[in-house]
Amino acid sequence: MLIGRAFGRIDKGSAFWRSVIREIDKLGMGSVLIVSIISVFIGAVISIQLAVQIESPLIPKFTIGFGTRDTVILEFSSTVIGLILAGKVGSNISSEIGSMRVSEQIDALEIMGINSANYLILPKIVAALIINPILTVISMILGILGGYIACISSGLVDSDTFIYGAQYYFKPWHMYYSLIKSVVFAFIITSISCFRGYYVEGGSEEVGKASTKAVVNSSIGILLWNLILTALLLL
Amino acid sequence: MIEVKNVHKYFGTNHVLNDVSAVLEDGKCNLIIGRSGSGKTVLMKCLVGLFTPEQGEILYDGRQFSKGTAAEKKKIRQDIGMVFQGGALFDSINCEENIAFPLKMFTNMSRAEIKERVNYCMDRVNLVNANKLFPSEISGGMKKRVAIARAIALKPKYLFFDEPNSGLDPQTSIVIDELIAEITKEINATTIINTHDMNSVFEMGEKIIYIYKGEKNWEGHYSEIAKSENKELIDFIFASSLLKRVQGTF
Repeated sequence: MLIGRAFGRIDKGSAFWRSVIREIDKLGMGSVLIVSIISVFIGAVISIQLAVQIESPLIPKFTIGFGTRDTVILEFSSTVIGLILAGKVGSNISSEIGSMRVSEQIDALEIMGINSANYLILPKIVAALIINPILTVISMILGILGGYIACISSGLVDSDTFIYGAQYYFKPWHMYYSLIKSVVFAFIITSISCFRGYYVEGGSEEVGKASTKAVVNSSIGILLWNLILTALLLL
Repeated sequence: MIEVKNVHKYFGTNHVLNDVSAVLEDGKCNLIIGRSGSGKTVLMKCLVGLFTPEQGEILYDGRQFSKGTAAEKKKIRQDIGMVFQGGALFDSINCEENIAFPLKMFTNMSRAEIKERVNYCMDRVNLVNANKLFPSEISGGMKKRVAIARAIALKPKYLFFDEPNSGLDPQTSIVIDELIAEITKEINATTIINTHDMNSVFEMGEKIIYIYKGEKNWEGHYSEIAKSENKELIDFIFASSLLKRVQGTF
């Protein structure tokens, strides 16, 4: 019902798009740094772990680049970054809307004749749907780059071999699959967090509880839909 | 004029408003008073549409509100200005932007016109040098003024105030009361004030509705209170020892 109201008629288009841009800046640009740092380090760890576990001389060294690329693209950049954003963005959204609820700001919007669900929630959903795939692409690039730097600097594999592996048997569909997941996860994170914040009753303690619930519910939603989408799109 | 006709409101099995009827008049300060938990806040929330009564109806100048469609409610709501107990200012934007908010949302005014209207509203509530301050940076009294300025920005026909003096010192309360009374006369608004403040009752109570245990127990002008033989009303109004001492002088 809340999502139905959120997707209702927009009161003023210019105000809506200003809000979307503000949310892209707040939710998306504010997450670029953390996504970049995590991607580089996890990409590096993935490639080192792969290199360490490849002991057989029958397995070619380029498998390190190949494995790093597929792990980063298929799972890490969409799902793990989704889970990280559920914590960062989800709690932010829930506490922001929850605070507005307990301080009667949402009631003030309603009394003005503004559809508060539409005004507060839709820009966040649209912003996340736009920015999450971009963050995922950034994470893919930086994750593979992290793996490359770690392998080259530690001498586990030479540059040409890693790059050959990273390009070997590349399926563009895997990227699309990951981007589809990132869009679905963006919707899960924003809609669940907005729902938790919007229906807060009480005071600051309840706002805190709602934030925790938003993160937990979003994470479970991401894991569940990760399985469903993987079964639907990859099997 | 707002007409409240036989309104009933329940929360589960709790009958919070029981057959409340009243007429809230134009150009007057209509006060809703009553003890905590008596149902006056619920009545106000029904009046502005935050709650929907299970029975009865609410009419704004003959226009159906409580049973109206979403479009009808939206149209009436654009004639409503409300000041909440805590101000309910949007804390992510500054005072000037708070006042400009309804103008940006509901008018096609140019930036210059909006700026002019915002400055007028700020002057009207005697707010000086507060344009760029955020709600977290101003005092409780200033928050109330900004909230009043935001409420009058669209020149509303109906003004609602939920406990406008709560958390304010007696002198600031008087200033806010005077401001509300002046604005009410100026724009000939139907003003509804939910209050506990006895000073407001005796200074502004052109029409007072006393809610007792969810029912309208008494209504009248403040000058009629002292003559009233309504025990519940007298017990409520003259509850403090100070008012008990001066009761005979009213």
